[in-house]
Amino acid sequence: MIRNKKTGVFTGTMIGLSMAISSFTYAQEGPIRIAYIEPLSGPFANVGDAGLKHFRFAAEKMNEAGGIMGRDIEIVPMDNKQSPSESVQLLQRAADEGINFVTQGNGSNVAGALVEAVDRNNSRNPDDKVLYLNYAAVDPALTNERCSFYHFRWDANSAIKLEALANYIKTRDDSIDDIFLINQDYSHGQFISKRMKELVDEKNLDAEIVGDVLHPIAQVRDFSPYVSRIEQSGADTVVSGNWGNDLSLLVRAIDSAGLDVDIYTYYGGGLGTPAAVGERGEDMLYQVTEWHADVNVDEGLTEYEAWFNEFKKRYPEIDWYYHRIYNQMHMLKKAIEEVGSSDDIDAIAKALEGMEYKSPTGTVTMRAQDHQILQPMYMSVMDADAKYDADNSGVGFRTVANIPVEQATDETSCDMKRP
Amino acid sequence: MLETIAYSIFNGVLYGTLLFMMSSGLTLIFGMMGVLNFAHASFYMLGAYFAYTLGLGTGFWVALFLAPIAVGAFGALVERYGLRRVHQFGHVPELLFTFGLAYVIEELVALFWGTVPVPYKAPPALDTTAFSMFGLNYSVFKVFILVVAVAMFVGLWFLLKKTRAGLIIQGALSRPDMVGALGHNVPRVFMLVFAFGCALAGLGGVVGGIHFVTDPGMAFMMGPIVFVVVVLGGLGSVPGALIASLIIGILQTFFLSINFSLAGAFGALGIEDSGFFGVLWHMETTRIAPVLPFLLLVLTLIFRPRGLLGKREA
Repeated sequence: MIRNKKTGVFTGTMIGLSMAISSFTYAQEGPIRIAYIEPLSGPFANVGDAGLKHFRFAAEKMNEAGGIMGRDIEIVPMDNKQSPSESVQLLQRAADEGINFVTQGNGSNVAGALVEAVDRNNSRNPDDKVLYLNYAAVDPALTNERCSFYHFRWDANSAIKLEALANYIKTRDDSIDDIFLINQDYSHGQFISKRMKELVDEKNLDAEIVGDVLHPIAQVRDFSPYVSRIEQSGADTVVSGNWGNDLSLLVRAIDSAGLDVDIYTYYGGGLGTPAAVGERGEDMLYQVTEWHADVNVDEGLTEYEAWFNEFKKRYPEIDWYYHRIYNQMHMLKKAIEEVGSSDDIDAIAKALEGMEYKSPTGTVTMRAQDHQILQPMYMSVMDADAKYDADNSGVGFRTVANIPVEQATDETSCDMKRP
Repeated sequence: MLETIAYSIFNGVLYGTLLFMMSSGLTLIFGMMGVLNFAHASFYMLGAYFAYTLGLGTGFWVALFLAPIAVGAFGALVERYGLRRVHQFGHVPELLFTFGLAYVIEELVALFWGTVPVPYKAPPALDTTAFSMFGLNYSVFKVFILVVAVAMFVGLWFLLKKTRAGLIIQGALSRPDMVGALGHNVPRVFMLVFAFGCALAGLGGVVGGIHFVTDPGMAFMMGPIVFVVVVLGGLGSVPGALIASLIIGILQTFFLSINFSLAGAFGALGIEDSGFFGVLWHMETTRIAPVLPFLLLVLTLIFRPRGLLGKREA
C-alpha cells in the first residue's frame, strides 16, 4: 500500500507538471479555448447538447476564416449536470487548465454561482483570470445588483424582454385589454409577474392584469385547471416566461380547450417547443427574441441564411437558434484582436465594454455600465407559411413587429467595480 | 362555484383515468409477481414512441393495437432474459435492475428518436370538438381517453376475476409450487403477466403521449406520480388504483381551479406573509396542489400502509 501511495504521488506530480507545461505552451500559440459549462447529461441534456453544437459550429466557421489572430478556437465541453456547485468546480478546473474563457447560459441560479466564482478566482489568481460569457441566463440581477466586471451578457435580460413586450402591447391597445400572467414559480417567473404589473402603470397601458398565477416548475402535467382560470378571468392575452414542457403543455391545453387568446412568450421558438406544439400555436403563440429564422428571408441576409442552412445540413434534427452566440463569438474575436493577446483578461474585458458590433440584424452594443448587450428585437408569431420550420415541426415564425434598440432597453442599478 | 366544481370533477376524472392507465400495469405486476417495477414509466414512454413511429406507416388506429403488443413483447424479453435471472437473488437486486433499466431505456430512446419532442398528434377524426362546457371545448380525443380507460378497467377485472387464466395467475402468486404441480409453467405465467403489465403501460403511452409531450423526459416526469397512485390504492389492487387515480385527479384539479387561501377567506388579520405561520396563512391552494399527491403518499404510508384496497402492507 505504501509503495502504491508513493507511485501515486509521483504520477500525480508528473501529470501536474506536464499539465503546467502544456498550459504554458497553449497560452502562447495553441488554440484559444472556451470552456462550455452546461448540462450534457440528465433531463436538460438536449438543451446543453444543442448549445454545444451551436458553439462548435460557430468556432469551426470562424476557424475556416482564419480563427482569432490565426489561432483556432476550441470549445471544451464540461458537464455541470445543471448544478450550481458542480459548475463552480468546473470553473475552477477550467482556470487550473489555463482556460481563460467560460460560457454558460442555462439557469440563472448556475449563472449567479458562476459570477461569484469568477470574481473570487480573479481576485485570488490574478495570473489565471477568467472571463464569463453569458449567452442565455436572463435574470436581471446579473447586470444590476450582482453585476461583475468579468461577466458579459449577450441575451436580452428579462427586464428588457418585458420592456419590448410592453412597448409592443402599447401599439396594440385596441386588441389587448385583459392580460393573464402565468409563470413558473421561481425567480424568473416571479420577476415577470412582478415587473409586468409595474409596466402596466409605468407605460400607461390601456390594459389590465386580470389574473396572475405561479405554478411549480416542471411538475404540472395537466394545465387544464389553469386554462379554466384563464377562461373565467375573461383574458384575451396571456403572458408567460415558461420554457420547455411547461410552455408546450400550456399552449396545447389552451388550444384544445378552444380558448381564443394570444400567448406572448420568451421561449415559444425555443428548442423543442415548436415540435411539441405544432400548428396548434399558429397565429396564437408569440415570442420576443433577438432573431428568428425568417428574419434572414425578410431582410435579405443571404450570408447569414447560408450559415443557417449549413448548420441545418450538419445537424438536421435542430436549427440554428441562438443568434446571440454568433454575436458573442464575433465580439470576443474582435476584442481579443484589438488587445492582441488572449491572456490579458482585464484588457479584453475593457475592449468589450461599450463595443459596437455590426451584427446581421443591426448594430448591437455592449453597454459599458453593466455589460448588458442592447440589440434590436423581433416580435414574431407562429406561422405554418414561414419559409423555415423550427425543429422540422412544420411551423416557423413570422415577424409582426420590429422593436428598435431604444425600445428594448432597461435601467441598470449596477455599480461596477473595475480593477 | 358550480362551474368550478363541475369543471374540476370532469377534468379531474379525465386526468385520473390517464393516471389509472399508467398505473394499472404497475399494480398488476406488483400484485401478481411482487416486483416493484421502477422502469414502468419507461414502458409507458416506449408505448408513445412506438405508436408515433408505427402510426407514420399504418395510421393511428392500427398503431393503437400494435404499439402495446410491441411494448408487451419487449417486456416479455426483459422478464425472460433479465428479471428472471435477477429474481433468484431477491427483491433488492430486482429493484436495482428495473432502476437501471429505466435509465437504459431513456438513453436508447434519446439515441433513436433524438432528444427533441416528436410531433405525435391525435388523428384528425379525434381532433374535433365533442362538446363545450362553460365556454371551454372538449375534444373527441378526451372522450376517447375515458372510453379506453373504462374498457381497460372492465377488461382487467373480467380477466382476473372471471377467467381461468386469472385464476391461475392469482394461484401462481400465493402457491407457486401447487400451481406448478398442477402442470402449469409458473415462470411462463410470470413472463406473460409482466408482458401484459408492460402492454398496459404501453397503451397508456399511446394515449398519454398525445395528451402530454412525447420526449425522452416523459418517463421521469410520470414515474413518481404513478407510484403514488399504486401506494395509495393499495399495492396489487386494480380497483384501488382506479379509485386512487380519480381521487388524485379530482383533488389536484380542484385545488388548482379555486383560488383559496386562509388569508383570502378570513382576511389577513394583520398576519404578515413571512415566518412559518404567515406563509401558511397566505399560501394559495394553487401552490399546494402539486405537493398534494406526495402528501397523500406520506400520509398513506403512516396511517394506512396497505393503501385503500390493498391486502398486504406496502
